[in-house]
Amino acid sequence: MTLHNRHINETEITDAIVAEHGLTPAEYAEIVAHMGRTPNMTELGVFSVMWSEHCSYKSSRKWLKELPVDGPQVIQGPGENAGVIDIGDGDAAIFKMESHNHPSFIEPYQGAATGVGGIMRDVFTMGARPVANLNALRFGEPSHPKTRHLVSGVVAGIGGYGNCIGVPTVGGEVNFDASYNGNILVNAMCVGLARTDKIFYAAATGVGAPVVYVGSKTGRDGIHGATMASAEFDDASEEKRPTVQVGDPFTEKLLLEACLELMASDAIIGIQDMGAAGLTSSSVEMADKGNVGIHLNLDKVPCRETHMTGYEMLLSESQERMLMVLKPGREAEAEKIFQRWGLDFAVIGELTDTNRMQVSHEGREIADMPLKPLADGAPEYDRPHVKTPPAPALSDINHKVPVDAALKQLMNSSEIASRRWIWEQYDSMVMGDTIAGPGGDAALVRVHGSHKALAISTDVTPRYCLADPVTGGMQAVAETWRNITATGAKPLAITNCLNFGNPERPEIMGQFVGCLEGMGAACEALDFPVVSGNVSLYNETNGAGIMPTPAIGGVGVMADLGKAVGNGFIETGHSIYLIGETMGHLGCSLYQRAILGDRSQVAPPPVDLHAERANGDFLRAAIDGGLVAAAHDLSDGGLAVALAEMCLKNAIGCQIDNLDDRPEILFGEDQARYLVAIAPDSMAAFEAQAEASAIPIAALGKTGGADLTIGETIHISIKELGELHESWLPDLMQ
Amino acid sequence: MQAAVIVFPGSNCDRDVAVCLEAALGHAPLMAWHGDASLPDCDLIVLPGGFSYGDYLRCGSMAANSPIMRDVVAQAQNGARVLGICNGFQVLTECGLLPGVLMQNKGLNFVCRNTHLIIERNDTPFTHHYAQGEEIIIPVAHNEGNYFADDDTLKKLQDENCIAMTYAPDDNPNGACLDIAGICSPDGHVLGMMPHPERRAEAALGGDDGKRMFTAIVETLS
Repeated sequence: MTLHNRHINETEITDAIVAEHGLTPAEYAEIVAHMGRTPNMTELGVFSVMWSEHCSYKSSRKWLKELPVDGPQVIQGPGENAGVIDIGDGDAAIFKMESHNHPSFIEPYQGAATGVGGIMRDVFTMGARPVANLNALRFGEPSHPKTRHLVSGVVAGIGGYGNCIGVPTVGGEVNFDASYNGNILVNAMCVGLARTDKIFYAAATGVGAPVVYVGSKTGRDGIHGATMASAEFDDASEEKRPTVQVGDPFTEKLLLEACLELMASDAIIGIQDMGAAGLTSSSVEMADKGNVGIHLNLDKVPCRETHMTGYEMLLSESQERMLMVLKPGREAEAEKIFQRWGLDFAVIGELTDTNRMQVSHEGREIADMPLKPLADGAPEYDRPHVKTPPAPALSDINHKVPVDAALKQLMNSSEIASRRWIWEQYDSMVMGDTIAGPGGDAALVRVHGSHKALAISTDVTPRYCLADPVTGGMQAVAETWRNITATGAKPLAITNCLNFGNPERPEIMGQFVGCLEGMGAACEALDFPVVSGNVSLYNETNGAGIMPTPAIGGVGVMADLGKAVGNGFIETGHSIYLIGETMGHLGCSLYQRAILGDRSQVAPPPVDLHAERANGDFLRAAIDGGLVAAAHDLSDGGLAVALAEMCLKNAIGCQIDNLDDRPEILFGEDQARYLVAIAPDSMAAFEAQAEASAIPIAALGKTGGADLTIGETIHISIKELGELHESWLPDLMQ
Repeated sequence: MQAAVIVFPGSNCDRDVAVCLEAALGHAPLMAWHGDASLPDCDLIVLPGGFSYGDYLRCGSMAANSPIMRDVVAQAQNGARVLGICNGFQVLTECGLLPGVLMQNKGLNFVCRNTHLIIERNDTPFTHHYAQGEEIIIPVAHNEGNYFADDDTLKKLQDENCIAMTYAPDDNPNGACLDIAGICSPDGHVLGMMPHPERRAEAALGGDDGKRMFTAIVETLS
């Protein structure tokens, strides 16, 4: 969209222009009513991004309101740049996860890189120093011609940004499935740390206070990015490459240091990063939350291109920019800090008492809009939804593959194989506080200078969500909670990144509603509230939707990191116990898909939230009591895969002699289960505590040796298992 | 003894190495700003890891031309001890205090993992707490750590005993010539290395092989 500034606001708003802005005729009529007149082109542009699905959550808001968001640990729930929880001793963890799906499909390196950059800004905007990045990635099937290109681009982009800025990438997850062939998912999570009394919010108050722009200059990149993220893809989408932003992690590093330096003073009233819809959304949100008005003079905006129109400046999504409102008179001191870091600093406006957003450019008023309707006047849709029909149970199973061959095949499969090729490209250790990096159940990152650690994990099992959204939503939360629990940490709260198809299709909306119902129930039962999140809809290409993928990012705290346990056997002669009940549920399992080759939609394993809570609380207490040498949650691939993973970690085998070796038992994906290794002198206490708490445990065997041996049927060397596990991804990427 | 850590725009291991120096020294090192014309009074200068100047132009090249580096070079020639880690090693080669160049990794990807190192020279101020030939574990994290120099320079490094540490056989993460992980000046006063000793200097981080590098230099200079 290139329009000359002098013509832009004289252009007549036609139906076609309204449609190009992603607005329906009804929405446009509402805008006209709010304005009391026909908007000009600039105003229409501003409304269109503020009312886009990406910024307004118009299809999802109704359902998001029903998620549990409270708890004594919650300092700030959804609605700010990121969620804030209390982790004790005056420390707060600030975190959020966000999608950058569409840009990453079009331009994987920059799309993924700017996703990481954006989520980090959301966190340091609030006064936190980012201390950990994670990412949840979904790619198309491995054999798809684009998959390798997308994997290598996305991984390089995530690494290129996070490594440079110097924040460790400590974990994440990756799935491959044909439903993502034309619409990959790149969800980036960032966790930061601040003091509870030094948290910064967006709300701007104080009429006359200066509005300050800092960071990079504004260019024409990313214009209409938020609108692009709110539409389906088709084959022509690659033509949208110019709307993908370009990241500069070096500038973000400088911006981070300069902002934290200024935040150490009390000069800032409100601060907001310029993310989706850039200058528009940041100024609207700040002024609206503070219940004031805002006047911007675009002549003052630092631009990197000439002859930019007001329309372009307001909608640009150029990266590494922040908007803040300072206390009057503190401009010089702030400017000095930003100049020292080599960053632009410009006073571009002031707060007013008008409750309007007024914009001038080249000596003329180019926009004058009421703030309230911009900020939260977008219609809230109760879109029609149909419940996903109940999936039948798996039946007529024909086990053709011997269990040892099945285990080998799973270890070398796309869903289980080691992700080392990916995470070795991420700096997982910078900042010197990574206690447990990628490859564990949850990452552990020490709170700098203390003995406690954050435990962080991202999880969702999309195939469960597709077959049964309610159960899938529950399971995603429960697995995140289990992963944190398995380190010994106490799970505190989650962020989510809800990736779905086109909400205008009732069956997709039904998936969304179902997943949120399950998620809400699990959050409630596990005291694991939602404190921030992001919704990404319209993940479809040519009418084919992705599997529903509500990614969960959980954060917990380990009060004494000396007590944390890993997920690998650490010594020979330990006893291996299984916590939780094994029913042998193979429906929706990886075994069904990869070994039986059956992709029919059948019921996933049920989630018993009471058992989840009881079993997890029991394990956490046992770890806290020093009884547990290693712990691992059971998920994809079930018991046999979990045993193999525990052996591989430190190359210590095991001998399992007390286990039924039917495929249902070995590969069933029953929930609420953990494997633990217990040293001989702790066995009695461990068993007594299980009995006292009425927790089902079973002694399976002992650690030791160079092989994984299960009964008479499985006997595989750790070396062979390791080669199978490690080779799949490098072979794919070669 | 006093140590100074140079902070370039884009340095990101400056705090990490300062933590290790403080543990060894008993007091915090000075943090010196790249734009200053002269260094504070110190015996040890540390160039930390990171992406100085965003790796623009070439890793370390812009940092090598920043104002403070003139004084770093002058003080090094005057006998100060200088340690360059990762990006700091790249800066040392760019400013001419050490020979050779760090090229992009042979595998063309960033690599972050533990590596096994062999201490080839334990008579430097930085390595005398290790045994000669000792194998230690220290992580690397870089995209340009592939040490390269022409044959004459490599021969000179060998002849003057300037190869301070190498990657253990079959553990070279980047394709470096002669498995070189770190080199030093003939007198051992200037050391550049790709691995990050500050990332493995306490048991909680998985091991403390890196710690002895800091205790050694502090003992030498105290």
